[in-house]
Amino acid sequence: MVKPLNNREQIIKSALEMVADPEIPTISIVDLGIVTKIESPQEKVANIQLTPTFSGCPALRVMEQLVHDKLIEIGYTEISVVTSFETQWNTNMISDKGREALLKHGLAPPVKHDGYFELDVLSDTPCPLCGSRNTTMKSPFGPTLCRSLHYCNNCSNAFEGFKPVS
Amino acid sequence: MEFTDKHVMGLKDLLYRMADDLLILGHRNSEWTGLGPILEEDIAFSSMAQDKIGQSLALFEILHELGESEPDTVAFTRNDNQFHSCQLVEYPIGEYDFSLVRHFFFDHADALRFEMLTDTVVEPLQMVARKFKGEIKYHTMHADIWLKQLGSSSEEAKLRMQHAINEVFPLALGIFEPSDYEAELIESGIFAGEAELQSRWLDKITHLLTSYGYTIPVLSDTVSAYGGRKGKHTPFLQPLLDEMTEVFRIDPAAEW
Repeated sequence: MVKPLNNREQIIKSALEMVADPEIPTISIVDLGIVTKIESPQEKVANIQLTPTFSGCPALRVMEQLVHDKLIEIGYTEISVVTSFETQWNTNMISDKGREALLKHGLAPPVKHDGYFELDVLSDTPCPLCGSRNTTMKSPFGPTLCRSLHYCNNCSNAFEGFKPVS
Repeated sequence: MEFTDKHVMGLKDLLYRMADDLLILGHRNSEWTGLGPILEEDIAFSSMAQDKIGQSLALFEILHELGESEPDTVAFTRNDNQFHSCQLVEYPIGEYDFSLVRHFFFDHADALRFEMLTDTVVEPLQMVARKFKGEIKYHTMHADIWLKQLGSSSEEAKLRMQHAINEVFPLALGIFEPSDYEAELIESGIFAGEAELQSRWLDKITHLLTSYGYTIPVLSDTVSAYGGRKGKHTPFLQPLLDEMTEVFRIDPAAEW
């Protein structure tokens, strides 16, 4: 979001910070970084743009609906919520608060990268339970598209990570 | 530059090729759901299926913006001879060696194709290409790990993988069947062309397969499995479409 938000847009942003990701309820869609545009050119009008984490994310339509419902709740009547690839989501767009929220859900936050990274980084994902880096990546595919499966050799627990995406 | 009708037809053909490949291979991958040799593999093929179906939807949306029918209509109401997918993707999943090798060949081609499309002059296509690249990275990673591991495993594994490579190679070359609009696509900056893609792909897979200890069939001795891009398919495609659209056809107007 390049343009500074006006007052109404600030309020919308705060409201959207209360909308949780349907698959990871500890993180809001704002902290996840998928809200790519908030525009309210006049009273009651809100235009929101979302970007998918993964193209095949089944939670997309649900999230559009949740955003829509939240805007109605705070008094907006002319609402447009669109999903667009204009801004391509990557895991660096998850806020620090969001990374904390992932950890709270038992998910290892994705490593930060500078656009390009080797997938070897998955092999020493820190364990979200004990913090050890002595871990093994079991599979780059997990219960949802955005997660990978790991095993901690230190505390002997299986855990999931949020996959880094560039 | 200003697009002529031929440019637009070429672009639509390109989009249909990519979307149909992803839809059909996505469906085939989903056939491993519940049947994978180990749980992680079951999940891997199911996840890749989900990615591919999602990617095909994004491409069908672009086609819709170009005046084609709604994504669901396009995906679920055409017959086999209207599909632009290559024959490689319609073959049954077979044994795991076949599915792994198809996955390896197809996903490396797809990764390179979308890499090339990250600077296409068609803006919506450029955006999705940038998006897909990060997703496909996990697909090629998965394929590479298996090809590498099985290439240094038991004699039976090596033999079966080499056999699958020999069998799938001509089918994989069908990915690069030239379209009627290669010249238009190249001159307009839409896409650098199937021949360029095939050459990049050959370099890539030759390097990888050689390093894993396999041999690659000789290109000049191989007949590419062409036809799919022009609607000529094997008898495997129509039954797949019948199954995929079974529920849709009960009530095509149903709200989901």
